[in-house]
Amino acid sequence: MKVELEADKCVASGQCVVAAMEVFDQDDDGIAVLLAERPGAEHLDSVREAVAVCPAAAIRLVEK
Amino acid sequence: MAHPLAGAVPEAPDAVPEFPMPRAARCPFDPPPELKELQERGPLTKVRLWDGSEPWLVTRYAEQRALLGDPRVSADTDTPGYPTKASPGGGEGKLSFIMMDDPEHARLRRMVTAPFAIKKVEALRPTVQRIADDLIDELLAGPRPVDLVEAFALPIPSLVICELLGVPYADHDFFQDNTKTMVHRDATPEQRGAASREVAGYLSRLLSERLARPQGDLLSGIAGRITAGEIDHRQATEMALLLLIAGHETTANMIALGTLALLRNPGQLALLRDTGDPKLVASAVEELLRYLHITHLGRRRAVTEDIEIGGQVLRAGEGVIMVNEIANRDPAVFPDPDRLDLTRDARRHVAFGFGVHQCLGQPLARMELQVVYGTLYRRIPTLKLACAPEDVRFKHDAFIYGVHELPVSW
Ligand code: HEM
Ligand code: SF4
Repeated sequence: MKVELEADKCVASGQCVVAAMEVFDQDDDGIAVLLAERPGAEHLDSVREAVAVCPAAAIRLVEK
Repeated sequence: MAHPLAGAVPEAPDAVPEFPMPRAARCPFDPPPELKELQERGPLTKVRLWDGSEPWLVTRYAEQRALLGDPRVSADTDTPGYPTKASPGGGEGKLSFIMMDDPEHARLRRMVTAPFAIKKVEALRPTVQRIADDLIDELLAGPRPVDLVEAFALPIPSLVICELLGVPYADHDFFQDNTKTMVHRDATPEQRGAASREVAGYLSRLLSERLARPQGDLLSGIAGRITAGEIDHRQATEMALLLLIAGHETTANMIALGTLALLRNPGQLALLRDTGDPKLVASAVEELLRYLHITHLGRRRAVTEDIEIGGQVLRAGEGVIMVNEIANRDPAVFPDPDRLDLTRDARRHVAFGFGVHQCLGQPLARMELQVVYGTLYRRIPTLKLACAPEDVRFKHDAFIYGVHELPVSW
């Protein structure tokens, strides 16, 4: 699985961190950062949830 | 996949319906029946507002999210076509970035995102727990019945935002009294305006103090932006005022209305009262956000370029209203949507809006509500309504839906 994050779109809602704590974090300004670009398959559901709840369409799942 | 409501009601309405519509007297937790009918008819329809204008009303979840995430809609109240909320007697001042578009919106919003990061909000949890416990101690030591709105629901967000902004403890009473007047039903528009100016003046003075002697709080952070030449003092004050106002009545009404909804659904209340599982409490918060939806007048936007959506073309210069409450009851997304079920997965609700304006304070609001719902019913297990259910007065006409007061006993 490969995840892409467009940080310049991020509005610091924190939703991805709540959905997938192991994959996303926030920097000092609350802007999302990727902890793992290729997280393990066990995180697929939570990454999907993060994609769905991100209000700014900043996260993409490019490969399963 | 076809929408489950597709073709349910084929006829189009003859006349353009008035918005907002009244709720059914006996269903204070449900959206107005007419709104549900419109949702069944289709994703978009025209409505008429108090001033005679006829913006689009977006009734379904998918179309609401698409439009709220579309850069061709504007949140600026000055954009032609913006559906104005002001009704007789109500004014609508501009309030910092909530009423601006990108890139200026993003520039200003990013100045204050830091304290709302999940981990920073988590660090505040013990403080919020202490605030809630202290207020409950006072409740338990005081007279019965008591108005839960006045004694608990309003002080919580007020004290929390004081903590976050960095309002000194000694000024809490001044701050609370004035913020109460700003949202109080019996206050005249003049009194509200005066209270709002008092608070703005106070925040402005506090900003000056932080300019001279910065501390670790949010006001110092905002003051730092003045020093850096990124905003002026007036913009900084507006931003502080927005942060104060946006989280105040919203959170308070979620506490009071949520408590009433739970008292009316004792089985669901028991789930919360008897659990020690933070996951269930978190799930309950999402479900109550979905179910109650208190910002019932809708997200409002103006179209700046033609947009094709839901079989319609929205023209530049037209208004759009997205009532998130009705999207949160869309059966395509939430099966059996009118049932309150604290164990369902409600995380995709749009109670905080969607798109770039999605609530900045949501991590804080979630944490406050988790603390409150996870504590109040556990500490007062016999909590009950102290008036007849039909005597509870709902804020049908207010910007934020809720109850005027909630007399409780135990
Ligand atoms: C349960 C409580 C809350 C609810 C239901 C709520 C709901 C909302 C909604 C629906 C919006 C979107 C407005 C729009 O799109 O036009 C919003 C925006 C906002 N909220 Fe909240 N809110 C809550 C609590 C808070 C708290 C606690 C704070 C801060 C302390 C806060 C600060 C803000 C700010 C600053 C915005 C503007 C964001 C922007 O325009 O970029 N809110 N809120
Ligand atoms: S969910 Fe989207 S907007 Fe929110 S912090 Fe994550 S990337 Fe940013």
